[in-house]
Amino acid sequence: MELNEIIRPENRVYKKPELLNDTHMHYCPGCSHGVVHKLVAQVIEEMGMQEKAIGVSPVGCAVFAYNYIDVDWLQAAHGRAPAMATAAKRLMPDKLVFTYQGDGDLAAIGTAETIHACNRAENITIIFINNAIYGMTGGQMAPTTLLGQKTATCPYGRRVDLNGYPLAIAPLLAQLDGTCYVTRQSVHTVANVRKTKAAIRKAFENSMKGLGTSVVEVVSTCNTGWKLIPEKANEWMVENMFAKYPLGDLKNKEE
Amino acid sequence: MAKIHGAVVVNTDRCKGCNLCVVACPSHVLDLQKKEVNDRGYHFAYMSNPEACIGCQSCAWVCPDACIEVYRVVEK
Ligand SMILES: Cc1ncc(C[n+]2csc(CCOP(=O)(O)OP(=O)(O)O)c2C)c(N)n1
Ligand code: SF4
Ligand code: SF4
Repeated sequence: MELNEIIRPENRVYKKPELLNDTHMHYCPGCSHGVVHKLVAQVIEEMGMQEKAIGVSPVGCAVFAYNYIDVDWLQAAHGRAPAMATAAKRLMPDKLVFTYQGDGDLAAIGTAETIHACNRAENITIIFINNAIYGMTGGQMAPTTLLGQKTATCPYGRRVDLNGYPLAIAPLLAQLDGTCYVTRQSVHTVANVRKTKAAIRKAFENSMKGLGTSVVEVVSTCNTGWKLIPEKANEWMVENMFAKYPLGDLKNKEE
Repeated sequence: MAKIHGAVVVNTDRCKGCNLCVVACPSHVLDLQKKEVNDRGYHFAYMSNPEACIGCQSCAWVCPDACIEVYRVVEK
């Protein structure tokens, strides 16, 4: 069969979601942020919520998320996205409100906002990109940085005696009565990308049903910060991150 | 037996040459251009072995920049 017989509109089985606009995303080649943006756009589109979705973008590499996904957005000060999402959802309960935050934003400067929004059972979704590093500012150590992991501010590797332990925040959030769904996913293989999409869908539906706060952690790569090519960064993530941040549901209240 | 024909169209402008689609393809259809680059200087992806494509969409699912459209025909 000739290519021009295959490449016809009626045979198309995958295309860029329309909500992901044509603006070039500033993310580094191979960055997990791009995959998760695509999934967020797909899920909102498939739910028919394009007119009702409000995202809250963080400070971090995802600060420009509002330029890429064509829904309404708020831009929060560093770490304050769950507080802004709280306000938006309480004022407009019929909206689909979600935050999109990195680990520096969510688990360092914004720890208090994160915990209290979850504990208040705010009907929002928190999408949490955990790449174990401060990506935007040049790859400094974050609370999530693994022991032994080298970063700009721990060039010889993170040490317990000097830097303390890596923080797994999802299990803390799962303990809180206000969360209905806490899950940890990744986007390094097709199967994992599909699972992350299903998790985002479930979280968004929970928030519209008023079940409480849903948290979707995506264990991610920052290949530039880690100084690896994208496919090696995926391998490094599998070999090192999953032991501290194992994938799967931590809490699913419906079950 | 039904034969499956697939093909992809890469948005070469959007592609950042990250190679993740190349690695994800189970049929070894894709490669990065060796010499040619787009206007951002990236060696973009293309079908180096188009006959092998089964339209499974693996490449498209993993692409961080949503550059890939997939087409599929099942010939009865
Ligand atoms: C109040 C305040 N403190 C510090 C900063 C500097 N800063 C910008 S981004 C960032 C960390 C971002 O890391 P993370 O949330 O993990 O996101 P990533 O860039 O890795 O996606 C910091 C500390 C800031 N912009 N505002
Ligand atoms: S995954 Fe996407 S951005 Fe990366 S090389 Fe393939 S088409 Fe280009
Ligand atoms: S659709 Fe499947 S077989 Fe075709 S190029 Fe993509 S990954 Fe390879």
